[in-house]
Amino acid sequence: MTLVDAPARPDLSPKKPNRNRPSLRFRKENRVAYLFLVPWLVGLALFVLGPMAASFYLSMTDYNFLQAPKFIALDNYVRMFTQDPRYLISARVTATYVLVSVPLQLGFALMLALLLNRAIRGSALYRGIFYLPSLLGTSVAVAILWQQVFGQEGLLNTFLGFLGVDAHTSWVGNPDTALSTLVILNAWTFGSPMIIFLAGLRQVPMSLYEAADVDGAGPLRKFLSITLPLLSPIIFFNLILQTIHAFQAFVPAYIISGGLGGPADSTLFYTLYLYQEGFGSFDMGYACAMAWTLLVAVGAVTALNFFISKYWVFYGDNS
Amino acid sequence: MSKQLGSAPRTAVMRWKSGVTHAALLLLAVGMLYPLAWMLVSSLRNNDEIFSNPSLIPVSITWSNYITGWTAQEFPFSRYFLNSFSITTASIVGNLFACSLTAFAFARLRFRFKPFWLAVLLGTIMLPEHVTIVPQYLIFSELGWLDTYLPLIVPKFFGVEAFFIFLMMQFMRSIPRELDEAAWIDGCGPIRMYWRIILPLTLPALTTTAIFTFIWTWNDFFRPLIFITSSDLFTVPMALRLFVDPTAGTNWGAVFAMSVLSLIPVFVFFLAGQRFLINGISTTGLK
Repeated sequence: MTLVDAPARPDLSPKKPNRNRPSLRFRKENRVAYLFLVPWLVGLALFVLGPMAASFYLSMTDYNFLQAPKFIALDNYVRMFTQDPRYLISARVTATYVLVSVPLQLGFALMLALLLNRAIRGSALYRGIFYLPSLLGTSVAVAILWQQVFGQEGLLNTFLGFLGVDAHTSWVGNPDTALSTLVILNAWTFGSPMIIFLAGLRQVPMSLYEAADVDGAGPLRKFLSITLPLLSPIIFFNLILQTIHAFQAFVPAYIISGGLGGPADSTLFYTLYLYQEGFGSFDMGYACAMAWTLLVAVGAVTALNFFISKYWVFYGDNS
Repeated sequence: MSKQLGSAPRTAVMRWKSGVTHAALLLLAVGMLYPLAWMLVSSLRNNDEIFSNPSLIPVSITWSNYITGWTAQEFPFSRYFLNSFSITTASIVGNLFACSLTAFAFARLRFRFKPFWLAVLLGTIMLPEHVTIVPQYLIFSELGWLDTYLPLIVPKFFGVEAFFIFLMMQFMRSIPRELDEAAWIDGCGPIRMYWRIILPLTLPALTTTAIFTFIWTWNDFFRPLIFITSSDLFTVPMALRLFVDPTAGTNWGAVFAMSVLSLIPVFVFFLAGQRFLINGISTTGLK
């Protein structure tokens, strides 16, 4: 997970103090490297940076795909925050979803990683079982399954019926509970952060625990003073990653609500509303403004996370 | 000796503790897989039984849901499966090609502005696709590519899935540098070095990329939803979506049957490639 570049070989370094021109070999290598980078650079320009710039421009236009874009400066942004209650709902739904489902998912992931990190029999099997839902979580098939499980005559209500609880409400059809079913779906996919936690736990030196044993530290003390601090960079990494993922959740809300974000806009995810505006009403300028606002929001949350991380992430003595 | 005296009760406690851990893990594992298993069993049941029977015990097995489901939409599901397989296969080729070239340059070659490009690369991993989707739509519309598979496939030949570049780059960096030096002295240029030395050694990361590309492309719904409109070009997830038409009432048996079929390829790739997937996530933190 380190992003540090491999150390450059000093004898071949292009900026040797006693030479003004880079070595022949470096120049050749540089040329070949850019040759290798051609597909990526073309893709970057054509499908990423170009469209980003275009989308930024379009966000300041009124554009419906058929007529030429009309420049309206910041009107789209003003409309979002002052004249569009559905936009604010979609922002609130997504914020709630991120704030609740990510800590829940990471909490499960950490707990299970700690359990599986002990040398217990069958831990590889458990690991596989817990990981599988992460691969299925964004599939339409699982979203459909969720719709049934939490439906009025669904699996959950049948179970509750057996337990004597007479639940006739549809969990996905009730504005108060629909979002919770999606939160549960996201928590269900805790497997991939769990794997990352497991990899992190393997890096914690056993000698620290042995030393703590000698000092008579209990399990809680060891967890709080050794495991948690040494794992904090991984927790941080997972937090950043899963937050960004959660902001972009789309498929489950789309399927469960039939593409509408209902009932009563309770599952109107940001991306779902963006899709409705951009590709349902073809209000593409507005959709671009929403996309850029999303980008800024994701960036701001990530930056905030980085800022807060100074107070709780422990990077060891040497950094 | 005091140590031995103390060890007997401790092992008993430990055994008890491990028993509790096992019970908790087992309970959770069963709970997590229950909906999936129930969907599988329900796909073999009559529709009226699906709603009344939450157990996993099949009373009578019927394949009728599979037969109805297979032809329930405008085209038989064989068409949708073929469509999805075509897109995923092309996507795998594209990602392996473009991402390995880029990763090789970043991991093994020195070039100008490398830190800058690396930052750009990492930035694009985090970029929400929604920021570029509208202009991409316009580009593909200009090219006349709407309602074809080209918008789903072509970008992958240009390394837009930057996670895989990162994954391969991390792997290629761990290959000893001495190999490059030796190859260089033997007169082996970078292109041969890429093709003959580094690529074969990167096989595990290439496998991880292929498996993840398959699963993600197979599950992808957002991009096909935007770019594909003709029902003969629909992918499996799009065809499944047709079942849950709120106005028509859902034939759950048939939906479950086709949902189960749609998950089988993912499940097979998961079983076959679990080791690669887990290594891939551990080193890069992919989804």
